[in-house]
Amino acid sequence: MNPFSSGTRLRDMIRSIRACKTAAEERGVVRKECADIRASINENDPHDRHRNLAKLMFIHMLGYPTHFGQMECLKLIASPGFPEKRIGYLGLMLLLDERQEVLMLVTNSLKQDLNHTNQYVVGLALCALGNICSAEMARDLAPEVERLIQFRDPNIRKKAALCSTRIVRKVPDLAENFVNAASSLLKEKHHGVLITGVQLCYELCTINDEALEYFRKKCTEGLIKTLRDITNSAYQPEYDVAGITDPFLHVRLLKLLRVLGHGDADASDLMTDILAQVATKTESNKNAGNAVLYECVETIMAIEDTSSLRVLAINILGRFLSNRDNNIRYVALNMLMKAIAFDDQAVQRHRVTILNCVKDPDASIRKRALDLVSLLVNENNVKQLTEELIDYLEISDEDFKEDLSAKICSIVEKFSPEKIWYIDQMLKVLSEAGKFVKDDVWHALIVVISNASELHGYTVRALYKAVLTFSEQETLVRVAIWCIGEYGDLLVNNVGVLGIEDPITVTESDALDVIEDAITRHNSDMNTRAMALVALLKLSSRFPSISERIKDIIVKQKGSLLLEMQQRAIEFNSIVDRHKNIRSSLVERMPVLDEATFNVRRAGSLPASVSTMSKPSVSIPNGVAAAPLVDLLDLGSDDILAAPSSSGADFLQDLLGVDLGSSPAQSDATQAPKAGTDLLLDILSIGTPSPAQNSTSSIDLLSTTDYNKNPSIALETLSSPAPPHKATTSSAGMFDLLDGLSPSPSPEATNGPVYPPIVAYESISLKIEFSFSKTPGNPQTTNVQATFINLSPNTFTDCIFQAAVPKFLQLHLDPASSNTLPASGNITQNLRVTNSQHGKKSLVMRMRIGYKVNGKDVLEEGQINNFPRGL
Amino acid sequence: MIRFILLQNRQGKTRLAKYYVPLEESEKHKVEYEVHRLVVNRDSKFTNFVEFRTHKVIYRRYAGLFFSVCVDITDNELAYLESIHLFVEILDHFFSNVCELDLVFNFHKVYLILDEFILAGELQETSKRAIIERMSELEKLD
Repeated sequence: MNPFSSGTRLRDMIRSIRACKTAAEERGVVRKECADIRASINENDPHDRHRNLAKLMFIHMLGYPTHFGQMECLKLIASPGFPEKRIGYLGLMLLLDERQEVLMLVTNSLKQDLNHTNQYVVGLALCALGNICSAEMARDLAPEVERLIQFRDPNIRKKAALCSTRIVRKVPDLAENFVNAASSLLKEKHHGVLITGVQLCYELCTINDEALEYFRKKCTEGLIKTLRDITNSAYQPEYDVAGITDPFLHVRLLKLLRVLGHGDADASDLMTDILAQVATKTESNKNAGNAVLYECVETIMAIEDTSSLRVLAINILGRFLSNRDNNIRYVALNMLMKAIAFDDQAVQRHRVTILNCVKDPDASIRKRALDLVSLLVNENNVKQLTEELIDYLEISDEDFKEDLSAKICSIVEKFSPEKIWYIDQMLKVLSEAGKFVKDDVWHALIVVISNASELHGYTVRALYKAVLTFSEQETLVRVAIWCIGEYGDLLVNNVGVLGIEDPITVTESDALDVIEDAITRHNSDMNTRAMALVALLKLSSRFPSISERIKDIIVKQKGSLLLEMQQRAIEFNSIVDRHKNIRSSLVERMPVLDEATFNVRRAGSLPASVSTMSKPSVSIPNGVAAAPLVDLLDLGSDDILAAPSSSGADFLQDLLGVDLGSSPAQSDATQAPKAGTDLLLDILSIGTPSPAQNSTSSIDLLSTTDYNKNPSIALETLSSPAPPHKATTSSAGMFDLLDGLSPSPSPEATNGPVYPPIVAYESISLKIEFSFSKTPGNPQTTNVQATFINLSPNTFTDCIFQAAVPKFLQLHLDPASSNTLPASGNITQNLRVTNSQHGKKSLVMRMRIGYKVNGKDVLEEGQINNFPRGL
Repeated sequence: MIRFILLQNRQGKTRLAKYYVPLEESEKHKVEYEVHRLVVNRDSKFTNFVEFRTHKVIYRRYAGLFFSVCVDITDNELAYLESIHLFVEILDHFFSNVCELDLVFNFHKVYLILDEFILAGELQETSKRAIIERMSELEKLD
């Protein structure tokens, strides 16, 4: 009895379910039907079984659970009649999958059905096996299936072939058994069997190397002939699609040839003719033709080199690229990414088209094009490409901006020819898409900026202009604040103006406006505000004329509701108020952050965690206060333990003053108070082992192997996590230690051997001190920071420092921080000395300094002999 | 290799779901929901290929039904687009101008046709005529 011809119950059920207006109603109907079915199952009535299963399948398709019907499938499969078996197998495939243990029970039925006399039943069994067999079943039934590959009926043969494909996937060990059978299938004329045979061979070749060898030797020529036959064949209406005879078979054959030709020159040779023929003769105005061409191009790319074929392939891809059909373009972009590997030039020719694809409205195409563009970038085209990409950044969608900006940043970083261009591009990206730019990107930018000392003035001016226009981009604001804080004096005094710049005048109060705006704006986040406070501290030293206003801003923040802000405000305020003498030394220019080290750390760092930024800063004061004063005075502790998270990100965060309670204060050894320096250094050396929350990972600078190798680490590079900060937050006793200490050159620091600073020259009115550092890995070169201290009550103007060295030394002078030396003030200047006789002769220098005082020119000169040995 | 085939209407109801990889029931529902969401919002001028998890989905819309085929990332998308079209042609021939309702009431037949066309995630037969003939032979046995 056929459940479908009488069909009223099944059709009725479907109708009644469809007639339900609400989900609840539907659930009710389904529940009733399931109850009926369950009752019927319990009665074990064979007549209704198939109808029940059909209904169950429909209910399953609606999404309801139907586990109770699984045994019914098994019973139906075991029935003798064909319709029952059919519905049983159908139910099996729908309701079960290979992971269910119930499936094992079917193995026996399957085995019997595979040997059935009725070939339709055999077909059913093969179908079920091919779709859902598990590994054990595959192993058990493999011999049956293998035998069936040679069956007389082509329908069975093709099913057996695909079933074997699955078996071989599940149990790769059985591959060898099928090799012979598979190769005989390749000689078939029937397309269905042929295509399944090709499929099986492909699977065998990918799984088993010996099979691959076998097919390569025996079957390549046969396959090529088959492909040639169908390419050249006359019109066959049965298989024709858009003018191509059986494009599916074309595609499968090409795929198999690909596997056979890959890595083998002989096989590839044999194929070149037919591939060329397919590539040139196939019509490409319809999808079917393009599918064949696509596969052909993939095969050409994969087999061994024949350059003429490759050229052909890339031409085809070029044609695809300009096709109006999006699908074709997508496919072309995909393939071009592989083509770049061996023919970059040819792909470069299509650069313009690819760039246009980046702007396509379709998201899939945009993504592919962007990936391709980033592969195309090289030193020659980087400027142009970046320009185009940045132009597009301005008009692109929000969700695409993130990808695009990340790509632009990585391109710019890798390929930038000169620093000024890099800074320009990054500024543009930050202005447009600042909020999508990741932290390590703008950290890297700051490292580069600090390294490009000749561009400091330019950078800070450009940033100032940018921030005025694009003040909503958080990252831009942060970078700008940092730069204004560091190089504010360059900004205001128009120092280092490059020829290409438009002149602008920025007063101190303008610069201050920017920072004040950042602090007070309601949507600045905490890091920006914290950085702004640090910048204010720096500016209070660099812009003495408006220090009152700066002080006011800081004082206002003392009442801030954010703990971090409050804390910083209070500390900075006390520095500004009570510690003017060390303030200038604290906020000296940052040392140049070593790019190489930074990059290494960044590459090796843990995925930029955890915004250490957002950690509460509560524990810092406690942490430090907890370290007893005894420890602080422990001069001998050179044990600098690395903080647990010594990632590059932390390192820079501390330097930027973004991290908890750290301020990029400098302890310039020559300037800091003598004993205070000792204490400060001790604090630093203790600082790291203190509670983990205290991420004073700038200490990590000292503890990294790079630096440890190099004995003379200048104290300058000790950008400490705010020694004043620690000083101020621990007990008041610390304050007293710092108070009333006059600046004087400090003796050796306790942090490893460093070259002690010297007094190079001293007269009644002027004192010059040198402090030394060495670049790691370069023992011959010494960086000297010269500090000129005005001991007289008059101001010196137009100060010029000159120096001469003997022939075995090379000297390089950086511009001084200023040409005006105020009374009791100081200016600094960096020098670089390279000693070609390093180790044999020590440094010696003649120097001369000229300045004006009260309208009179004064010249002082002298010889410096007291350089430390070993420099 | 084909991982699954889905036929869904615009409202998200699945009219046919054939999986060639094992998945839990809940996972299947999730997959169907996600694929539907991916596919239903795309403009008709966009490509017919979308990336889905670590595979890709090739889809085409025929009247109110989306035919989606999920394949491995290395497969030839254009060829699968052709195979979707072939399948639709077969259905059209079999049901004589097929509409969604035919597929609903005769779902078991649709599965049978599919099983004659694709097996173990690979194409089994490329001739429309052969498949239709086979189906009529099978019908006679019922």
